[in-house]
Order: sequence, then C-alpha cells, then structure tokens
Amino acid sequence: MIPTIPRSPVVNWIYKAYIALFFLYLALPLIVVAVFGFNDSQFPSLPWKGFTWDWFFGDTQPRVGFFHEKSILKAVGTSVFVGVCVSILAVAIGTTNAFLFNRYDFRGKGALYILMILPLVIPGIVLGISILVFSSSVANVAWDSIKWDIEALRPGLVLVVLGQFSFVATIATLVISARLKSFDKTLEEAALNLGANQLTAVRTVTIPYLAPALAGAFVVSFLMSFENFNTTLMLVGSDAPLTIAMFDRLKEGSTPLLNAVSLMLMLGSSLLALVMIAFEKR
Amino acid sequence: MIAPDLQCHNLTKHYGDTTAVDNVSFDVPAGSFFSILGPSGCGKTTIMRMIAGFQEPSSGDIQIKGKSVLNVAPNKRPVNMVFQHLALFPMMNVADNIGYGLRRRKMAKPLINRKVEEALERIGLPGVGRRQVSELSGGQKQRIAIARCMVLEPDVLLLDEPLGALDLKLREQMKVELKTLQAAFDTTFLYITHDQSEALVMSDAIAVMNAGHFEQVGSAQDLYHNPQTAFVAGFVGESNKWLGSVTQRDGHYIDIDTPSMTVRAMASGDTWNKGAKAQVFVRPEAIQISREVSALRDYDNILTGKIEQILFNGAASRLLVRSEKGSDIIEVNMPQAGTTSNWSQGDIAHLGWSKDQGVAFIESAK
Amino acid sequence: MLSHRNIGFYLLLAPLALWLILLIVIPHINLAMLSLQERVGVRQYETSFANYRTFIDEPLYIMTFARTAVMSILATTLTLLIGFPVAYYIAKMAVGRAKSVLFLLCLVPFWVSELVRTFGWMILLRETGVVSSFLQWAGLASGPVELLYNDASIMVGLVYTSMLFMVVPLVSTLDSLDNSVIEAGYDLGGSTPSILREIVIPHAMPGIVSGCIVVFMLSLGNYLTPIMLGGKDSLWFTELIYSQFIVRFNWELGAAFGFLLLFLSSVIVWAALRLSGQTLERTMG
Repeated sequence: MIPTIPRSPVVNWIYKAYIALFFLYLALPLIVVAVFGFNDSQFPSLPWKGFTWDWFFGDTQPRVGFFHEKSILKAVGTSVFVGVCVSILAVAIGTTNAFLFNRYDFRGKGALYILMILPLVIPGIVLGISILVFSSSVANVAWDSIKWDIEALRPGLVLVVLGQFSFVATIATLVISARLKSFDKTLEEAALNLGANQLTAVRTVTIPYLAPALAGAFVVSFLMSFENFNTTLMLVGSDAPLTIAMFDRLKEGSTPLLNAVSLMLMLGSSLLALVMIAFEKR
Repeated sequence: MIAPDLQCHNLTKHYGDTTAVDNVSFDVPAGSFFSILGPSGCGKTTIMRMIAGFQEPSSGDIQIKGKSVLNVAPNKRPVNMVFQHLALFPMMNVADNIGYGLRRRKMAKPLINRKVEEALERIGLPGVGRRQVSELSGGQKQRIAIARCMVLEPDVLLLDEPLGALDLKLREQMKVELKTLQAAFDTTFLYITHDQSEALVMSDAIAVMNAGHFEQVGSAQDLYHNPQTAFVAGFVGESNKWLGSVTQRDGHYIDIDTPSMTVRAMASGDTWNKGAKAQVFVRPEAIQISREVSALRDYDNILTGKIEQILFNGAASRLLVRSEKGSDIIEVNMPQAGTTSNWSQGDIAHLGWSKDQGVAFIESAK
Repeated sequence: MLSHRNIGFYLLLAPLALWLILLIVIPHINLAMLSLQERVGVRQYETSFANYRTFIDEPLYIMTFARTAVMSILATTLTLLIGFPVAYYIAKMAVGRAKSVLFLLCLVPFWVSELVRTFGWMILLRETGVVSSFLQWAGLASGPVELLYNDASIMVGLVYTSMLFMVVPLVSTLDSLDNSVIEAGYDLGGSTPSILREIVIPHAMPGIVSGCIVVFMLSLGNYLTPIMLGGKDSLWFTELIYSQFIVRFNWELGAAFGFLLLFLSSVIVWAALRLSGQTLERTMG
C-alpha cells in the first residue's frame, strides 16, 4: 500500500473516507466548543439562539464575559506565572542535563538516564501526592522541632511549580539533548583553536546553535504546565490555575463563558505554535 | 521463432507536461545482459519501474515472454528487481530475506530451506543464513539481494544501479562478479546505470538513453567505435570535442573549421551544407604525439602546441596540450615507455591523427 | 567525551541530582513508608500492611483497580487500531504538502488543554447535546438521548485524548521505512496483508510499543476524562486516590493506592518492553 502500487479504486475511496472521518472526529469537539461560545443563551447547547459577543465582552450579570470576569482573568494570570516559572527552571536544568549526558562518561550514567526518564512514566497524580506527602512531612518536622511554619511547603503555588517541574524537566532535557546530539563538536574545537576558552566557546558557538531547541523546550514546557491538571490538582492551594478554576466551574454547570475561555485558550495556543514555527524556521 | 524475454513497444510516460520516456522500443533476447546507460534524469529508472509494475506507462506495451504484463500487478509479474539501495528487509535475517518470495508462493518449509541453502552456496556465502542483514559487508549484501530474486527464477532480473552505493574497489570487483553470476544463473538481466564502465564491461547490448529516448542500441564496441549521435560520442568513453563550421565535404569525409585548426573527419549522416555548425570528436588514444613534426607526416590532421599539464595516472596518464593558434586544450594519451615518454611542462609537441579517427556530427539546421 | 572529573562535571551533576533526589526519589520513598503506616491512636502509628489489607478486603477497591487496568488496555488497543491506518496514510500515502498539513492537523487538538477537549465531548454527547439533537432531527431517535456517563463515552474521551501520543511515534517510525523495501516485498510476490505482517509492522514495532506505553499510562493516570465523561459512578482508580487524600483525609490509605497505581503501570510497561524487546531509553528518548 504505497502510491506506486496499483490499488483498486474502491479500497482507495474507503481509505480516504476513513481518514476524513478521523479528522472529523479530531475536529468536532473543538469546533462545538468554539461555536457555542457565541450562543446567545445561558447554556452551551442547542437550540442555537443567535449570535452574541456577550460571553467575551459582556459586563453585567448574568452575562459577564471573559474580559470582565475577575476570577477567570486572575486564574489565567496564575497559570501564566506558574508556566513561566516552570519553563525557566525546566529549560535551565534541561540544558545542564543535556551537557552532562552528552559530554561526560561516568559510572552509572545509564542508570541515571533511566532515572531521569522515569518522571514521564509515573502517573501525574502519584507525582502530585508524593510531593504533597514529602513537603508536608518536612513542614511537620520543621514545626515540631523548631516551631517554624514553612508556608511554602503547604499546598500552594510553590508546590504546584515544583510538582509540574518534576516531570516537565524530563521533557525539556529530551528536547535539548536531541539538538545537542546533532551538534558537530568540531565547531567548538574550532572556537578553541581560534583562541576562545571552554566557556566562551560554549557561550558563543554551542548555545546559539541550541537556541531553537531552547525556545522550543520553553514553549513545550509552558504548554505542559498550562495544561497540566492531575499533578496540579493534588498540590493546589487557594490560588487556582486556570484548568483547576475551569474544572470547578464545570462541576457547577457550564455557561458559554467556559466556551469563550476555551476559545481564547485555543487562540493563545495557536499563537504559541506560530511563534514556535517561526523559531524553527530561523 | 521464440519470443524475446522482454519486449517494450512504443513505451511512453508523461508526468504532467514533461515526458520522462518518449516512445521507446526494444527487445531483450533470452539469456542476455542488456544495459540502459544514461545520465541521471534521462528516464531509465522510469522504464525499469514500469517493467516492474510500480509505474503505469502512459502508452505502449510491455511483454514478457510474448505476453503483455500491463494488467498484471507488480507482485504477480515474472520479473524481480534488485533495488538501488538493495531494499533488503532489515527486520529479517539473511535466510528469511532470501526465502521471502518462496514463502509467498506457499512453498513447503523444508523445500524453502533447501533452496535458500543452495542459493547461498551459489553466491559463495554458504552458512550465513542466520546472520542479520546489518552484519554483512556491502558486497555480501549485494549478492544476497540478487539471490533473493534468483531463487524465484524470474524471467527477467531488473537491476537498478545496484553498484552505486559501493566504493570504487568493490565496484570493480562486483562488475566481474555480476557478469559471472549472470552466466551462472543463465537469466536475462536488465541493468540500468549512469556509469559507462559498468555498462561497457558487463553488457551484451547497451542502449544509450538521453532525455527520454534511446540514442543508440548496440554492443559496447559498436557504441565506442561507431557512435551514431553526438550524444553517444560524447557520453561513451572519453573524447576531445571541438565545435566548428563545415567548409567542404569529400565523400565520407568532411572539413570543419574550429578556432584553432581545420579538422578532417568522418561525416555522420549524408546531409550537409556549407557553414553548418558541427561537433567533432576524437579519442585521446587516437592522437599521436611527437617532438618531430616529420614523424607525423602520414596523418591527415597535424597540429602544434605546448604541453600545458601532465596528468599522471599510471597507464591512463594524459597530456593536456594547448594549441598554438586559438586556445583549445587537447587531451592526448601519454605514450608508454620508450624515449618519448619523458615529456615535461612547456615542451613543444606535435600532434597528429588520421581522418578515420575523428567523427563529425552536423547539427541539423532548424 | 570527557571522562576526567573536573569542577564542570560536578556543577552539571548537581542540579540533576537535586531534582531527582528531592522531587522524585525521596518523595516516593516517603510515600512508600507512609503507605506502610497504620494509625493506631491519635498521632500514633505502627508499621504494617494494614492499608494494603484494606485494599484487598474491600471488593469495591479491587474492582475499581481491575476495571481501570482493563479499560486502559482497551483504550490503548482502540487507539492503536484507529491511529495506525491514519499514521500509515500520513507517512506512506500522502505526499508533499498534504503530508505535513495532515500531520500538523493531527497535532492541533493537543495544543489546547484536556479540559477543553473533554468539555467539547460533553457538549456533543449530553442529553441536550449536539449529537442527540442531530439524531432527533434525522429521525433516528424519538426523544433526547443521554450519551454521556457510560463506559463508551469514557472510551471515546480516552482514545481522543491519547491519539496524538500514538500517531506521532507511529508516523516517525513508518516514515523511516524506505518505500523501496515495501516495493521489494511486492516485487518478490508479497500481498498487502503479508507485507503488513512481515515488513511494515515489524519495522513499526518500536513506534507501536512506545505509543502504547504512553497511551496506557495516560489512560491509567487520567482523572478528568473518567470524572467528566463517566460521571459519578465512573469508578476510576485515580478518583479513589483523590478522595482518600482530599475528601477523607486518609493519607495512609491514599498513599497505598498511589503505590498500587504506580506498581500496576510499572508492571505493564515493563512487560510491554520485555515482550517487544525494547528498552525504556529507546522508546522514550
């Protein structure tokens, strides 16, 4: 079954129909989410009551739109803050890890590499509870022994950042390592040969070469953090990131406001995707 | 009369507006080694893939043993193909690769094993059946790829530049080996290549292909000594090539003015007119070189020049001579041994060759 | 490769060690220890297997555990069966622009969060939803149909959410299969099924395994999809963990459940790797 092998037109037609159906399956949920954000009704469901911008720009009850709903905007802010923190940490450690695994040979390297990959194989909810349990034990010990209440170790944004970072770091490492592997080490040697020292050579030759991967790792980390639910759910305190805030609202019943938020998320992600493609083209 | 193993009639293939194969017809007699020689992009791969069934001709017919195979699926055609990069199955060991086609024919296991063993012995690699493909050398993979086809006893074996990926030394060796294998299996081979020495060494007959059509079909000697078109003269073997205009014709011979000399050579074709553009080809080995102009008295074409460069390459060493008038560079074989061999750069040299050694092609006025 | 130990080596090793030890290794050891604690009085604990015994003694827990595993395996199988022809089409049938466009289209849904995707399915499947309205309009149903809150809707959501992680590795392994190898299969007399069985699938095995492992783990650890599409009685193991930790505040039992989930996922991943002769580095890296 490749284009150069003659096929019966019927088989061909069935195959193409299947592919079309598949993409319909992929697109359908996103399309309905987007469309019902404009429904002039209290519920994101049929019947269609006409077109409205209320769920984006409305400012009076019960039609408070996305841009006027304080709690949602605050949750977006929280998510962005968490995402940026996680991404900066993940890209930083991803870079050092990539250099470590690419440039050094040491005993236990294989085992360490497997350990580094493990966070991807651990269910997110288990990562969440293990960090929750550990931080609470530390906080309890601190309180019992020196009466010091470490606020950062109680469920809240610090734990959310750490929890997300614990597995996002693996992804960042894999992305950056892949690029570093394809780097021609003789370029660095050429820089040394031309008078640079080891650090300058890395800074002026290797890091610029890695730049697209660093940007890519940042964007991917940000998305992973922004979309994360399972780990965050176990570690969240009073400041809820967007996914948690939306989940809480959804449990109470949905209004087209959630559709509007979702559509904004889609637009945001597409923008990020475009930024990433632009980076890759450079 | 027995039908030839493979016949192509007016084979044509269009891709959109471009014509990759333009009305090509040829017969390959049973048991012969037939090559299609041409530069990349000339359409030779398209011909082969049409015969194998991976592309459909726009028009024309392909017959194997006298029967048209146009409506036969590739997996049912009595031809097998050795792919350019061999396409050995990396997920199977050597024996499973060779036995693949036999398993498709639902042959009994013990029989397959026996046939595979026989094939391995035939190609001089007994006992490697358990090995993985990746453990073999380039030349061994080559032989496995051929054996994988030959166990199916195809009417025609197609070979798509299979030596291209090998290094020079191995390629030389495999040329001889392929010819031997062909004789041993006694099967019709259709071989395509852009490497003229592969085609010249191995083939019983060669078709020179250019821009979608056959320029000339003939034996290696034929193509080398009696090229029918300027393309063949330039493509097969090495030649000095000059451009000029026709001044006069004398029976089979023709005089052509180039910027540095007047050359007399055999004329190809009958039509001519004064002033027409023409290309003249003379092989480097046909030109005699001497320090004494008197030694070249018998030759029809005589020329004086200066040695510009010496390209030493053992028996294939060459001298590059810049002609006195004009700026043509003429390549001449370095004379072997003897007193005349110690040429050095800057020496004055006299060149001479007979009018029968050159061939001229008049460009048809359009 | 440098093998001598200099300060640079330790500087690079330190962040990795801090991350893995503080956020992965110690928390999991801690979790394991907690799961072995039995509360015998106020702030009084004893080491025992009591929590695991509770799990074994309570049929609901075991049932949920088994059900989560079976449903996840089913979701993985379905994702593979649905995704393979698509990946094959993208890798081998589509050419030029169509190929990259189709591939990008596959990725698009996964740029938005799982919550949004699941929300989309809720709008489609619920009683007042799009599909129900469509069925009534088409005359296939006489009244509103509730398509949500059953096992099939969980399955639809799980397969949807995991599709990317199956299609991407499949496309990349299938892409690396040279077309001439498939042509050689046909040339030597192979039929489409035999070529799929003997050439395409063995070649795609690493992609199949890594896709299946990731999809299985994502399904097993999923919380949103079963809750939202399966409703209150979806009986997913992650819900038990959540309720022990957040609702009942019985961390010891919750820790034991967490460990059981981790154990189940490790065993199945390990078995899949062993059966297919792959390694974790190759499938994940």
